[in-house]
Amino acid sequence: MTTPHPIASIVGVLIVALSLSAFLIWVERRLLALWQDRYGPNRVGPFGLLQVLADMIKIFTKEDWIPPFADKPVFVIAPAIIMVTVLMSFAVLPVAPGIVVSDLNIGLLFFLGMSSLGVYSIVLAGWASGNKYSLLGGLRAAAQMISYEVFMGLSLMGVVLLAGTFDLTAIVEAQRGLWYVIPQFLGFVLFLIAGVAEARRLPFDLPEAEAELVAGFHSEYSGMKFGMFFVGEYLGITLISSMIAVLFLGGWNGPWLPPLVWFLIKVFAFLCFFILLRASLPRMRFDQLMSLGWKVMFPLALVNLLVTGAIVLAKR
Amino acid sequence: MLSVIRTIWNVFLHSFRRRVTIQYPDEKPYLTPRTRGRIVLSRDPDGGERCVACYLCAVVCPVDCIALQATEDEHGRRYPEFFRINFSRCIFCGLCEDACPTYAIQLTPDFEMSEYNRQNLVYEKEDLLINGPGKYPGYNFWRVSGVQISGKDKGEAENEAPPTDVYRLTP
Repeated sequence: MTTPHPIASIVGVLIVALSLSAFLIWVERRLLALWQDRYGPNRVGPFGLLQVLADMIKIFTKEDWIPPFADKPVFVIAPAIIMVTVLMSFAVLPVAPGIVVSDLNIGLLFFLGMSSLGVYSIVLAGWASGNKYSLLGGLRAAAQMISYEVFMGLSLMGVVLLAGTFDLTAIVEAQRGLWYVIPQFLGFVLFLIAGVAEARRLPFDLPEAEAELVAGFHSEYSGMKFGMFFVGEYLGITLISSMIAVLFLGGWNGPWLPPLVWFLIKVFAFLCFFILLRASLPRMRFDQLMSLGWKVMFPLALVNLLVTGAIVLAKR
Repeated sequence: MLSVIRTIWNVFLHSFRRRVTIQYPDEKPYLTPRTRGRIVLSRDPDGGERCVACYLCAVVCPVDCIALQATEDEHGRRYPEFFRINFSRCIFCGLCEDACPTYAIQLTPDFEMSEYNRQNLVYEKEDLLINGPGKYPGYNFWRVSGVQISGKDKGEAENEAPPTDVYRLTP
């Protein structure tokens, strides 16, 4: 298989990632409706598929308003940061053999770094809005991201130990025989939980908590700036799902079907799982979130790392 | 932890449940005959208006959406000169139907009354009157009541005893 031109890869990944995240809005609404015994958007186009288009037209024609009490430059740049950082992470994502924008040998570290940078978007948005609810959302985001980032990284170290590399393509290749979800089941669960928190999804959507913080960090945003946060969030979910697929479910590995199809099936399954989580679980309280992160998840991640390390050493 | 997993599983099982939504314009819900919807004024089996313009409906209406003016025809029958219901105010409580002594005002199971212009929600008597007796087919107020109208003297109504002569002592 010939490697496509990097520009072609970039354009392909961009188009697929952006359209997938727009499509996800429709998927989420329909699936939530299914699990709540109703229909969801089904009037615009076949199965309501064009609802996304209608929403896009609406959001583009909305007034792009910056509140007078906001810190203007920061307010404007914050939604761009989340899009940029998440899209940057897609650069190191190996979709299928040869289809990767940049095959970094520290791809995993790059992904972790970019997802940490994404927090700035939310913290700055919360701060620049000049609104106490937004600020509270930003504060929560900062605390939540910092505490969940720690064991997110640690939970992946088991995979790195087994594969012996930070290169995502090599990690996928190393799972040709056995997917890491079996030897690294604890790491998989920890990464899944951390990923939900990282994507700010229910039950960890405290930064935006509609009920208490009136949408938190993005309550002052309107028009396409709000749209950027929205698409950024869905891109984040897609990214986390892809990472789970790459790191624990063997990426494109699978029998019979072509590699790209396998990858997309795995990603889509996790996207649906994320939506199922939203449909079923209530939001946690902030102190519960913190104690879960530091008192349960963090020690578990350390234990996982120690045991994996010991086994890898003993096998050598 | 186990309860969380069980919750997720139970929600997932809802994928196979029947959806409760009735897709309204495409499929219409069944409305029971006593649904309180659009208000009508019914007629008695002879085709005359049942309403005797007693104002009880206008008095009982909690949102004051009923307006009428009583008058009398050549037979001595009271009837409303105009009868106006402002459906943009009406809350479809059905108190007017309860209050009506002649079964004239009735609520029907029709709720599709949307209008582009608010003024069109004010229904006049000709909009309200229907060509039938509604929910009480046999009832004719002027036949059963003791009120004297031309062509029906005192004591001539159905099941009505002739009037007592109050100036005679013997029963």
